Amino acid sequence: MRSMATFTGQLARFGVFETLTLSALPDEDEALRPALRAIIHEAIADLPLERRARSWQGFDAAFSRRLGQAGYLGLSLPTEYGGVGRGPFTRFVVVEELLSAGAPVAGHWIADRQSGPLILRFGTEAQRQFYLPRISKGEALFCIGMSEPGSGSDLASVRTRAVAQDDGGWLLNGQKIWTTNAMHSDYMIALVRTSGTGADRQQGLSQLIVDLKLPGVTIRPIVDLTGDAHFAEVFFEDVRLAPDALIGTEGQGWQQVTAELAFERSGPERIYSSVVLIDAWVRHLDAVGRRDSATLRLLGSLMAQLAVLREMSLAVTARLVAGESPVVEASLMKDLGTGFEQAVPQLIGDDLAGQPDEAIDPELYRALLYVTHIAPSFSLRGGTREILRGIIARGLGLR
Amino acid sequence: MEMQELIDPFARLIEDVCTPAAIRAIETGGDKAGMWQAFSESGFLDALVAEYAGGAGLSLADAAPLVALLGAHAVPLPVGDTMVARALLAAAGLDAPDGPIAISTGSGAVPFATVASYVLYGSCEAPMLSAAPVEPTGVHHDVDGYTPGLDGKALRPVAAVLRALLISGAAGRVMDMTVAYSNERIQFGKPIGKQQAVQQQLSVLAEQAVAARIAAAIGARSGIPPRLADAAIAKHGASVAAGQIAAIAHAVHGAIGISEEYDLQLLTRRLHGWRLADGSEGYWSEVLGGLRSASPAIPTADFIRAA
Repeated sequence: MRSMATFTGQLARFGVFETLTLSALPDEDEALRPALRAIIHEAIADLPLERRARSWQGFDAAFSRRLGQAGYLGLSLPTEYGGVGRGPFTRFVVVEELLSAGAPVAGHWIADRQSGPLILRFGTEAQRQFYLPRISKGEALFCIGMSEPGSGSDLASVRTRAVAQDDGGWLLNGQKIWTTNAMHSDYMIALVRTSGTGADRQQGLSQLIVDLKLPGVTIRPIVDLTGDAHFAEVFFEDVRLAPDALIGTEGQGWQQVTAELAFERSGPERIYSSVVLIDAWVRHLDAVGRRDSATLRLLGSLMAQLAVLREMSLAVTARLVAGESPVVEASLMKDLGTGFEQAVPQLIGDDLAGQPDEAIDPELYRALLYVTHIAPSFSLRGGTREILRGIIARGLGLR
Repeated sequence: MEMQELIDPFARLIEDVCTPAAIRAIETGGDKAGMWQAFSESGFLDALVAEYAGGAGLSLADAAPLVALLGAHAVPLPVGDTMVARALLAAAGLDAPDGPIAISTGSGAVPFATVASYVLYGSCEAPMLSAAPVEPTGVHHDVDGYTPGLDGKALRPVAAVLRALLISGAAGRVMDMTVAYSNERIQFGKPIGKQQAVQQQLSVLAEQAVAARIAAAIGARSGIPPRLADAAIAKHGASVAAGQIAAIAHAVHGAIGISEEYDLQLLTRRLHGWRLADGSEGYWSEVLGGLRSASPAIPTADFIRAA
């Protein structure tokens, strides 16, 4: 018979989770909020609610450039590459402000969040000099080429292939799909096979920077169920890439991608995707004067969950600040956060429709249904729920 | 002082005196004097008492790992409650009596009331003690009890944070036990922890355990008394997690988990009791919802940041 005493002294066994603790944002980062709010307000003042509810799917290249000019992009990139030289805490504040307002951030989103840090970490000096200053100005927009028709969660099965050429360059053939913002982007960082065969799985994969204006690249937007076309199919037919298209080390693409995912999975964007809808609902409750017990419980429950999620996201950010790559913690954070984001439209929908005699502003209704319809994507993008829970299980020592 | 210098001896003390057999003995009405004396002599009961009043002067956030340890080991006496009670009594200039003190915050079951010598009620500023008899709940092996006639509503926020901290400790322990069991129990020729369906459940358990710990830490960050919003966030999050964690742990353990002689029930019965004590998640969500609805014009992100 097992006794609890058997486990004595093992409380901190899963140090991978114990490292998540309350973390305060530095004062100098908090101080950024007022000036940033003025720029955001200018950009979203005329945007209808259902546009702001698009959160980080909303695209506006001019707004991205405006943020870059004002110094709100490239926050974690060094100043010698045109960045701001701050860090993940600064980015947390800026992103929190942008998402809270429902600003259209999709243009610079991937370059700022992932591609910039990736190029800084794995790029050559020439690559850094070439890309990073433009990323910081919001002038080089990136997308990430991961999924293929036959490779979704099983990412290691990608079949797009780049063959090394005599001049050191690459010949690229294959297809990517579900690539967010490919049609608006200047570059794609694609995960492709550069050596070996499919049987080699994670071995022989590399990351290449593909200029999407090159001959042989075809991009076809895919319309989603909300009427937006935020993602696309991208075809590569004998695309000739220069030697410097390779980012990092040939054959190390999988390891590079894995490190990148900690950035992709833990930010405020994993808890705030539905927050514009929440705010509109709170204003609705106030307008109709509804303060009964059931309503307050739902409202308070959402606030309480979000408060905990925000501290968890901040705690993961603190690990990034400490120079770690908290892949398991970020997965845990994203799974919880996206679960919350998906519950929000269900709960608010039931609340509003549970009062059939209460008038709903059509703008609020459109926002509600937009979030309801797009919510499945919250736990697909950046790794599905099942994949994330597999990563957590590995962190628990189960596999 | 480095907190680890306090945490390690406290963990050893608990491991020495609070074995599963000792817990069962007290739950079945056995003598509690020995276990209590060990805690009393350790000096930890005055951990939260200000230094000028002869205590260690720890903040609630400092002491959070100590309270979590009490939860992790299902200590069947109100050690954490007594720490809080002695701090409040000292701050009010009152002498604290020897003996375990429970905290009554409403008409529902008061944790540890049947094994306490006194019950604290009143408020943080004006705490009062009762030595009146308490009524057992009649729930199997329960150490909680009713304390009719005492008004301790004003103590509900601090008691809620205390309960959240206990839940967070028990949650971590239940996670450890359940992961270990799933690595040992063989079915279909391999440990059940190798089954994806079980792994997915354990991942949710781990998420909830971390969420409970973060929620409890939010409750402890503003000291005694805690800010109302912090207490609400803490107890809501910990209570939600308590229910889910107990359910998953038992699902993974199978029938053995609900047997009396297996130790899991020592923790999961506590998780349920603490979830219901001092206001459930429903109660605290209504409190927080009331605060939020008072300022409908500000963005949610601003509200939770200021909460």
